[in-house]
Amino acid sequence: MSAAEVQTASGAQAIQIDGLRVVFGDFVAIPQLSFIARYGEVHGVIGPNGAGKTTMLDVITGKTRPQGGHVRLDNRIDLIGMDEPAIALAGVGRKFQKPSVFEALSVRDNLETALRLKPRSILAEIRHWSDPRRAERVTEVMDEIGLARLADKPAGILAHGQKQWLEIGMLLMQRPKLLMLDEPVAGMTEEETRHTADLVRRLRSPDRAVLVIEHDMAFVEEIADRVTVLHEGTPIFEGRMADARHNAQVRSVYLGR
Amino acid sequence: MASDTFAERHRLPLLSRIVVATLIALVVAVPLLGGPLAGSAAGLSPYMANIIGQIATFALLALALDLVWGYGGILSLGHGLFFAAGGYLIAMHMLKAGYVFGGVTPDLMTFMGWSELPVHWAFFESFPYALLMIVLVPGLLAFLYGYVSFRSRVSGVYFAIITQALTYVAMLMMFRNDTGFGGNNGMTGFTTLLGQDIGGHAMVVGLASASVLALLVAFIGCSALLRSPFGKLLVAIRDDEARLRFLGYDTLWPKLAAWCLSGILAAIAGALYVPQVGIINPRLLSPELSIEIAVWVALGGRGALSGAVIGAAIISALKFWLTGFVPEAWPFILALVVLVVVTLLPNGLLDLKPQVLWRGRRSGKRGMIE
Repeated sequence: MSAAEVQTASGAQAIQIDGLRVVFGDFVAIPQLSFIARYGEVHGVIGPNGAGKTTMLDVITGKTRPQGGHVRLDNRIDLIGMDEPAIALAGVGRKFQKPSVFEALSVRDNLETALRLKPRSILAEIRHWSDPRRAERVTEVMDEIGLARLADKPAGILAHGQKQWLEIGMLLMQRPKLLMLDEPVAGMTEEETRHTADLVRRLRSPDRAVLVIEHDMAFVEEIADRVTVLHEGTPIFEGRMADARHNAQVRSVYLGR
Repeated sequence: MASDTFAERHRLPLLSRIVVATLIALVVAVPLLGGPLAGSAAGLSPYMANIIGQIATFALLALALDLVWGYGGILSLGHGLFFAAGGYLIAMHMLKAGYVFGGVTPDLMTFMGWSELPVHWAFFESFPYALLMIVLVPGLLAFLYGYVSFRSRVSGVYFAIITQALTYVAMLMMFRNDTGFGGNNGMTGFTTLLGQDIGGHAMVVGLASASVLALLVAFIGCSALLRSPFGKLLVAIRDDEARLRFLGYDTLWPKLAAWCLSGILAAIAGALYVPQVGIINPRLLSPELSIEIAVWVALGGRGALSGAVIGAAIISALKFWLTGFVPEAWPFILALVVLVVVTLLPNGLLDLKPQVLWRGRRSGKRGMIE
């Protein structure tokens, strides 16, 4: 899979990873990875445990420093070397694998907190907390994720699925350019999974790239326009999920057949 | 429903209102019953006024810790450091003022055979200067320590251990005679504060009233701060700091702000405490006090300022009472109370209070609205 083949697809590049290398001690997590996610697409990343999926997200979000390579947002901002808050403010939102919401705060407060109207200063953010744009955006997002009737409940009492949707909502507050979901349906009931699939499909937007890491192949097939299969830190397939299922190499490393 | 929740979000919880009402009553009652009405049946003896004053400083200290531990999730096992810093600074003021204006030579000069006080005692005869130092020195200490730790993401139990180690280091330093803080003996023999006799009735009642007032102001101020967006950020840091960072907040600054404020409040408590007990020595920096502060907060219920205040007040009142006749039993009683609370009341005494019933009724009402 060369980068040139990917270029033929429609949609501008949101995130471009070039020659990424990540090493933990003696363990080479990602030897040499190039990857592109495009605006207007939902891009699934699958692969067996240890394939480097989460490591890739860690590098994009600034949690892990790579040994080499570049990660560019919009073909210009190099994210390597920026810290997590700066990368988030540049337009990269990440949902963690484990639901990560502020349990003692209400659903509304969780969403309010997630919006940075004054990215330069936290003090300015606090002073402009009651800016009407904040309340407006909270209402929009609450409708989008379907939690409006629970607005004043503490997030801690929400069901597992509702917490995951709330966290997605928190990321949406900021209107991220790149939205990354790390196993969004892990531990969800069938109904919650269906609901999440609907939500993720609605997240597709011309000004946004959505990256979904998932083990649940049926879920990926349902939501993703494009799939990348990672194996030992290297992409071994990129294309439609239906084709991935029939790819001999994918079957041998991922499906174990 | 909307107006109901609005009201709920903007008013103090029941227990906080009880604490505020009690403190207001004390702010009025202590000077009144300790002063003009001291001789009457309801009068307050200087001994009782002093106990109330001391308990108020402990409650302020507990409130300071709850601010960072209960709300920010930052456990300090070294808040004795800030408390002692405030205490040492006010003691320096009292000794220096007594020396300069009253001609009373501080003991530590006699012990060390000094004819002059060391250079860091300069200007301490001035009360406003001492007040400034009581805010600046602990504030700066808190800033330096907090900046280094939070920047390198030291948190949780590691942070707690380092706070304790740092306080221990300070204790060793204060035990030395040549550092100019009175060494092992500490500082005592205070004569006057603000020109008033330190042991006088008026001073005892005045200090007790000032302590209760300081607690009241700190309680109301911190409650307001915690209900503001700043308080929400602090709780967000406690609940999931990584999530907040990945939402674009550099959490260093809100943590540092809360940490410094907490250190300054603890120092003010110490500065009010020392004139009331008439002595300060390095034992205030021992691990026992710092751990006991955390016990007050844990017993009272962290994450609610009222819990911290009530916990500190109950435990220290119990201590005053019991050490009167069974002093050697106190550590065992404290340990027993800790065990009972930790196993049976995970949220501290807040689990016991009528709010459990009250909350039950309220959630029932809410359930109907749902």
